Amino acid sequence: MHLLFIAWRNLQHRWFASLLTMLSMTLGVTLVVLVLSVSGLIEESFERNSNIGYNLLVGPKGSPLQLTMNSVFYLSRPVGTLPYNYLLEYLPGDGRQKAYKSIGGKLEDPDRGGKYSMFVNNGFAIPICLGDYVGRFRIVGTTSEFFTSLRHGRKSDQEYRFAKGRNFQEYNEKNGYFETVVGSIVANELDLKLGSKIFPTHGPEGETHSNGFLVVGILEPTGTPTDRATFVNIEGFYLLEGHVAPERDEETGIELPPSADEPEFKPADKTKLPIEKREVSAILVKTQGFAGVGLMQQINKSKSAQAVSPVSEIYVVKDTFFSPIRLALLALTIMVCVVSAISILVSIYNSMNERTHDIAVMRALGASRDRVLLVILCESMLISLGGGVMGWVIGHTIGVSASPMVEHRAGIRIGFFSINSFYEPWIIPGLILIGVLAGLLPAIMAYRTDVSKSLQS
Amino acid sequence: MLLVTELKKSYRDPSGKNLPVLDIPRLEIGSGEQMVLLGKSGGGKTTLLHIIAGITRADSGQVMLDNIDLFKLSEAGRDRVRASKIGYVFQTFNLLPAFSALENVRLGMTFARGRHDIARATELLVRVGLGDRLHHKPHALSVGQQQRVAVARALANRPSLLLADEPTANVDTRNQQLIIDLIREVCRDEKVSLLLVTHAPEIARQFDRVEDLEKLNRVLFESTASI
Repeated sequence: MHLLFIAWRNLQHRWFASLLTMLSMTLGVTLVVLVLSVSGLIEESFERNSNIGYNLLVGPKGSPLQLTMNSVFYLSRPVGTLPYNYLLEYLPGDGRQKAYKSIGGKLEDPDRGGKYSMFVNNGFAIPICLGDYVGRFRIVGTTSEFFTSLRHGRKSDQEYRFAKGRNFQEYNEKNGYFETVVGSIVANELDLKLGSKIFPTHGPEGETHSNGFLVVGILEPTGTPTDRATFVNIEGFYLLEGHVAPERDEETGIELPPSADEPEFKPADKTKLPIEKREVSAILVKTQGFAGVGLMQQINKSKSAQAVSPVSEIYVVKDTFFSPIRLALLALTIMVCVVSAISILVSIYNSMNERTHDIAVMRALGASRDRVLLVILCESMLISLGGGVMGWVIGHTIGVSASPMVEHRAGIRIGFFSINSFYEPWIIPGLILIGVLAGLLPAIMAYRTDVSKSLQS
Repeated sequence: MLLVTELKKSYRDPSGKNLPVLDIPRLEIGSGEQMVLLGKSGGGKTTLLHIIAGITRADSGQVMLDNIDLFKLSEAGRDRVRASKIGYVFQTFNLLPAFSALENVRLGMTFARGRHDIARATELLVRVGLGDRLHHKPHALSVGQQQRVAVARALANRPSLLLADEPTANVDTRNQQLIIDLIREVCRDEKVSLLLVTHAPEIARQFDRVEDLEKLNRVLFESTASI
């Protein structure tokens, strides 16, 4: 008969007390699994968001964190704007000329190449314009290159795929400049389908623009903030009311009142908003190799803009906000496990008084002190492991039950055996350790049992 | 087989004074021999059995079992000898309530290394008339049945010596004789030496060899003599 069997029989004999003690451990481990799963999901989410397919984020001077929050996560307010001709500094000579010819307007020395273009060789510079909303979701004015050049996923190797429809076009006869691609969550929540029209509001609670964008594409879930955004053609974005950049005093940069003889731009026209009337909220830049470091230094030396590494900022957010919370939650759940361990100790310790006689009998039958000690430790480990395994199963069952909701919101699927955390494989050894520690005191009591006295009592 | 010589044991009373309990110059039991030790309650019978079983240490003297000097062994060594060479039938049966009759018998085997013979345990229980009660827990057995399980458990490891401590004290009159007959018969069949202690002369009379503890134990003999 194995010692584990002897321990199991002893637990069965005191089944109610054992079950209650086991349940306290179940609760503790369920909490640990849930905390680890949730923090694993958040970690995964950060991981996905930090692999955004570009290495520099260029925006107006201000808080780098705020620039990252609103350009990567589409949260918070934009830091400000950059003039469109600044964007053209990232294009080579021919690209700059092409843009000038296509858009029109005022541009100094249109034949030269952009001063940062050599850093972006074989990379890209994609503009984004923020400020408008549809419902609670951000509208991002950008170019179709956003979906052709950017990648997502853990290794930044996954292309954006359309669950339905296609990428928006810069212009076509049917829809003009007003086509949009929506993220999966936006489509679900606002019940948007191909052919639906969205009407942006100017700011979260601002007036609704009279021009709507036709939904031509719905993205597959990516588990990134892209799922929660609506992407409109930047040319259409510029043609909405209130999106013309105000004229500024060249020396002070202060906005000047609009002049009366300024021509009004009609969305129905094929005319694009000229360069000098355009602004961008940020530029997503991908450089090759170490060029990003040099470019970042150059931009940050200038007075007009700042360049930040979004990955570093994302990790700042993670380390500043998420890591301490995770640590606190983990500490809390470990405390629950410690309390459970104490309850195991109390339960076995209390049972020792009534079991001294049984232990003495075992000793009289030839059980050594070591074996008696091992039986008690086995009991403690069985309670700890039994409760722990139940807790693990319950925790993961809750995780799997919540999977559709999590997948809908974060694009991350939770499987029953998907281990989301570095810590999770340590649960079983941890439970064994807790079991041993909790059982040690009663086991030592059993070890020291005075056989002769106990048999005669 | 068993030789006890110059065995002395005393306890300290609450005032710290030494209270002699046992002083036995010599006690010998041969192989397969059945012997009764007759004595009153409180006469040191259980203490003597505990010393022979290696549960309690004596102050001095020697206990030789199958030519093994128990007092020269470590505690773990004594545990091993107890598990493999000594069977013990308690006055209060001492079956473990969490285990079935069969498991109680197997439990005795567990602590003797390498002995996990379910067939032997079953055979013993059938032998003591409990073939249909193998999986009953002690609380589901009568007092007489419990003591029979205890007998089977004591013999599970094919011991050389069976120590029976007032095995009929808690059994009704009808079962008393059955238990004694059973113990004697099984010990005879298994060629196990028997040392049975009792305070009941009617039980002692059935044995060929009866030792009176009052005469054997110098502590009791001297106190009786001084009266």
